[in-house]
Amino acid sequence: MTNLEQIRLDFPVLDQQVNGSPLIYFDNAATTQKPKAVLEALNHYYTQDNANIHRGIHALAERATAAYELTRKKIQSFLNAASSDQIIFTSGTTAGINLVAQTFGRANFQEGDKILVSNLEHHSNIVPWQMIAQEKGAEVLVIPVLDSGVLDLEAYRQLLKDHSVKLVAVNHVSNAIGTINPIQEMIDLAHAHGAKILIDGAQSVAHMEMDVQRFGMDFFVFSAHKLFGPTGVGVLYGKRELLEAMPPYQGGGEMIKEVSFSGTTYNELPYKFEAGTPNIADVIAFAASFDYLNSLEKGWVEAQENELLRYATEQLSQIDGLKIIGTAPNKIAVISFLIEGTHPQDIGVLLDKFGIAIRTGHHCAQPLMQRFNIPGTCRASFSFYNTKEEIDRFVTCLKRVITMLL
Amino acid sequence: MASSINDTQDELIEEFGLFEDWADKYEYLIDLGKKLPGMSDEYKTEENVIKGCQSRVWLHAFMEDGKLIFQADSEAVIVKGLISMLIRVLSGHSPSEIMQADLYFIDRIGMSQHLAQTRSNGLLSMVKQMKNYALAYSSKA
Repeated sequence: MTNLEQIRLDFPVLDQQVNGSPLIYFDNAATTQKPKAVLEALNHYYTQDNANIHRGIHALAERATAAYELTRKKIQSFLNAASSDQIIFTSGTTAGINLVAQTFGRANFQEGDKILVSNLEHHSNIVPWQMIAQEKGAEVLVIPVLDSGVLDLEAYRQLLKDHSVKLVAVNHVSNAIGTINPIQEMIDLAHAHGAKILIDGAQSVAHMEMDVQRFGMDFFVFSAHKLFGPTGVGVLYGKRELLEAMPPYQGGGEMIKEVSFSGTTYNELPYKFEAGTPNIADVIAFAASFDYLNSLEKGWVEAQENELLRYATEQLSQIDGLKIIGTAPNKIAVISFLIEGTHPQDIGVLLDKFGIAIRTGHHCAQPLMQRFNIPGTCRASFSFYNTKEEIDRFVTCLKRVITMLL
Repeated sequence: MASSINDTQDELIEEFGLFEDWADKYEYLIDLGKKLPGMSDEYKTEENVIKGCQSRVWLHAFMEDGKLIFQADSEAVIVKGLISMLIRVLSGHSPSEIMQADLYFIDRIGMSQHLAQTRSNGLLSMVKQMKNYALAYSSKA
């Protein structure tokens, strides 16, 4: 039986007062808090093992290298990837998408090719494609979204039929409204039409299990900091034959086999894509996130988050003038909403005075806001360490804030 | 005779001194925001939008008898309240007075958190833009 109070003690940041009230952290889609184990791993690395990796032959370099490569193995197992050299460290989801755009895209896109993104995407999964498309004379087309916040799969099928699509890039879960996309179907459809597909897992990894071999996507990207790990670390998984065929991204140390002025040969996977000294400390500490998650009771995280979503949706729906944006049947624990007659920014500023952290604005998904013709939303995003009591206080304070504003 | 920039700042500090807690303060600010006369749509142009704000804020300025007059509007009422105070303090003064103004009241009424860059509600951008107008008009004068 999981004890939520005990779980909360694992996250030191949660225990504090903000503006005179206990902190309620409902901004987990922006970044998750870190368990003690991750903080201790960071401290341990810098106090015991700090050394540059891969080249050194001394004890510290060996320890640091082993710890760094251990994280790669843990990620391989987390994703169920076929091998650990298909796990490439980046600085985050954005960097992973840019890497694929600038290597796979540069090598494969030709004039007239189409790249499909969805109307639900974060700017990070739009702009890198626009940049490479412009350079290559390719075009970015958009999979539309229905009023409920669900992707229009019929339109997706039609786009694949009507165009020569080279790559589909969609998120597993929408950061702005929480929709879980039917990625299995989308992957199968893309492959049936000869297109490759990248899945942006930034918002899904903290909430659901991943199995890249079962799903069969060509690329999968995510960020450590949204999975209870440090900032500045991201992961790109790719199918081996694609990664091997892709040209290197950045040049420098680590990514080479031999360098001479008559020509340079490149290192093997995954190092070919990891030029320069990487973010060693944060990669090493990230391993502790997996150990922590594995220590939790199986199935508990999903059950807890589903219950928080159900309860919060029920409670918020009772507020006059509150409209939830994104009502997909399959959602993670994210609620985007608007209150009639108020601006999201005002709601966010005043909730902060009550010690409640939510996010307001366009959530880096301006095309989605344009689709719904709204300036932005208030977004409360939950994690397993949140409680129903916090939701109760959030609802009480939100009512008070609305009274102040109207 | 209009009061000086510092007289108005001192008045605001006195008014805010009456409030016991943050909620009273913000209710007053919201009230100021609601009372700020709107702006006609012809001035709500892309040119008049202050960048770097989470809500849209429009600021328009013009000269009248050697004094700079400001008009502003926003979608968010707390932002309107903040800008309403800035207008009360700065509008109707000469460009050089506005340029030299030290806006100490913001800190003294406990609103300096809105000056932080991260707030992106743009109080800092508003002040900057008002001073930019003053600079532009003083070089024209």
